[in-house]
Amino acid sequence: MTAAPPLPRTTASGRKSTRRAISPHYGARSLVAKIVVHLCVLIGVVLSIFPFYWLVVMSTSTTAEIFGYPPKLTFGDSFVENVRNVVQSVDMLQALTNTVIVSGACALLVMFFDSLAAFAFAKFDFPGKNVLFVLLIATMLVPGSLSLVPSFILMSQIGWVGTLQALIVPGAANAFGIFLLRQMAAGSIPDELVESARIDGAGFFTTYWRIAVPLLRGGLAFLGIFTFIAAWNDYVWPLIVLVNPERQTLQTALQNLNSLYLTDYGMVMAGALISVVPLIGVFIIGSRHFIANIAAGAIKG
Amino acid sequence: MTAAPPAIARPDAPAPAPAPGRRDTRARRRRRRRENLPLYIAISPFYLLFAVFGLFPILFSIVLSFTDWDGMGEISFVGLAQYQFLVTDDRFWNAVGNTFIIWILSTVPMLFLAMAIAFLLHQNIRFTPLYRVAFFLPNVTSMVAMAIVFGSVFSDTFGLVNSAMTALGLDAVPWLSSPWGIKITIAAMVIWRFTGYNAIIYLAGLQSIPTDLYDAARVDGASLLQVFFRITIPLMRPIILFTVITSTIGGLSLFTEPQVLLGDGGGAGEAGMTIVLYQYNQAFTQFDFGYGSAIAWALFLIAAVFAIINWRLVSGRGDGPARRPRARKDSRR
Repeated sequence: MTAAPPLPRTTASGRKSTRRAISPHYGARSLVAKIVVHLCVLIGVVLSIFPFYWLVVMSTSTTAEIFGYPPKLTFGDSFVENVRNVVQSVDMLQALTNTVIVSGACALLVMFFDSLAAFAFAKFDFPGKNVLFVLLIATMLVPGSLSLVPSFILMSQIGWVGTLQALIVPGAANAFGIFLLRQMAAGSIPDELVESARIDGAGFFTTYWRIAVPLLRGGLAFLGIFTFIAAWNDYVWPLIVLVNPERQTLQTALQNLNSLYLTDYGMVMAGALISVVPLIGVFIIGSRHFIANIAAGAIKG
Repeated sequence: MTAAPPAIARPDAPAPAPAPGRRDTRARRRRRRRENLPLYIAISPFYLLFAVFGLFPILFSIVLSFTDWDGMGEISFVGLAQYQFLVTDDRFWNAVGNTFIIWILSTVPMLFLAMAIAFLLHQNIRFTPLYRVAFFLPNVTSMVAMAIVFGSVFSDTFGLVNSAMTALGLDAVPWLSSPWGIKITIAAMVIWRFTGYNAIIYLAGLQSIPTDLYDAARVDGASLLQVFFRITIPLMRPIILFTVITSTIGGLSLFTEPQVLLGDGGGAGEAGMTIVLYQYNQAFTQFDFGYGSAIAWALFLIAAVFAIINWRLVSGRGDGPARRPRARKDSRR
């Protein structure tokens, strides 16, 4: 018998305690069934994780070891050498710095501008509000690939080709985040608080900073992580607009490494590892929050 | 969460008691305008940015698609010539076909697998939070790095997959140089990346189905299969549609995987050339901005057709369950 209350806080709804009595789960009652379920899930987990493991294996091996047959499935000891080769071939450190600047700036700007707009939409009335909000939703339906060519031409006209602000400014506020935070603000900021702040003579921006921001912390954290990850992984737009080989993001630098030094697999894999590890760190720190919000967004949206 | 009342209107009683009279209404209007100003400032960044970096480029791309321009010389207007060429361009239609084949090869197994995983994770087992993180991890990692990893795993000569197949006595498959091999490899990457994401969404959907429905069914003596097809699937329909829609959007804009795996040319015989990759190829390696824009609008048209089909699927046929979430959303707005 397994009375199953492990990590109760991590289950989505806190229904755990009542699950047993009214369980919809026909399977997983006997020990055997439980083991079978775990085995199936574990196969999936292994398939999910394996490419990461394999990335580490390859980035610690020499190219000769990677090419060998039968393939060596364990870690090698050439990691330091591979990383040294990467740093000597492409300016990975500069690319890492650029990526951190772009992702961080995008995340901060989006958190600020989106929450400001979301608070105004959620808790105040003003002429034209509904039309503006519908317009905002409509912009979400426009596919991004439609504007790749003219956006590049625009950037070249204003002299932003090859600069980092070409990656930061266009995405500094987005409809998705405003919509998300508006829904959260509508539910989590009590009208009475906004009202009493008004009576105390606080202006909109004071109310935003003192009341909305603290109450929207959870949503802001999610939006920040989401934006950070998306900006970190963005590829098409940096590929087009960052024409200067000295100023690249990790993704484009990695692709350069890949196409220029295709034969040195160990080195390319070390570069790939460098581009992946910081992001996995960010994700694991914020994962609980992140996954719950992704799922909730899909259900409600 | 408590059901939130609709956003409060501006309170009826402004702080200082207003004296009656015409001059005062004007004063009040002025004050109201002054009070609204911060609100407009608060929402303005998005609209300003969208006007400059969203709306303007889109309108400009309509113009561009009627021109022949390499970005440097004179812009020459050619009317519908780009679109006429597009209709007869075998390379474009090849890209459309590839995009669809890869989309089907990836979406169908992906959503079935995701449903299976969600079902398993819903069995009230231990470590579910840990499993969720593991399944979600592929979705947040850089696709460039992972396309490079997949390129080596599926490599024709030394790849793990072929090594395993040889060890099992099977013939090695030229994954990266045959038309179907290329498509299957790209589909495998998409499946790997998005199965966990969809499974997490399905899991949340399963958890949101009220348990009393299951209890009622069990009291009525419904079998497991009946419960699954009569309760679970109908109630999950809107969520399944959501995942189909997101997979369609993602599938139509597939770019990074084939570009990193096969380069700008789309591989042997352009077997991995997708629509967006072809657009990129024409606009940014051939510097044919006019044709690139025409391809973008053709893709938009295809996406719109899909959107209409999806919308039909939601609003037609589905009686109760499919409507439910939309109604909920409306009431919250």
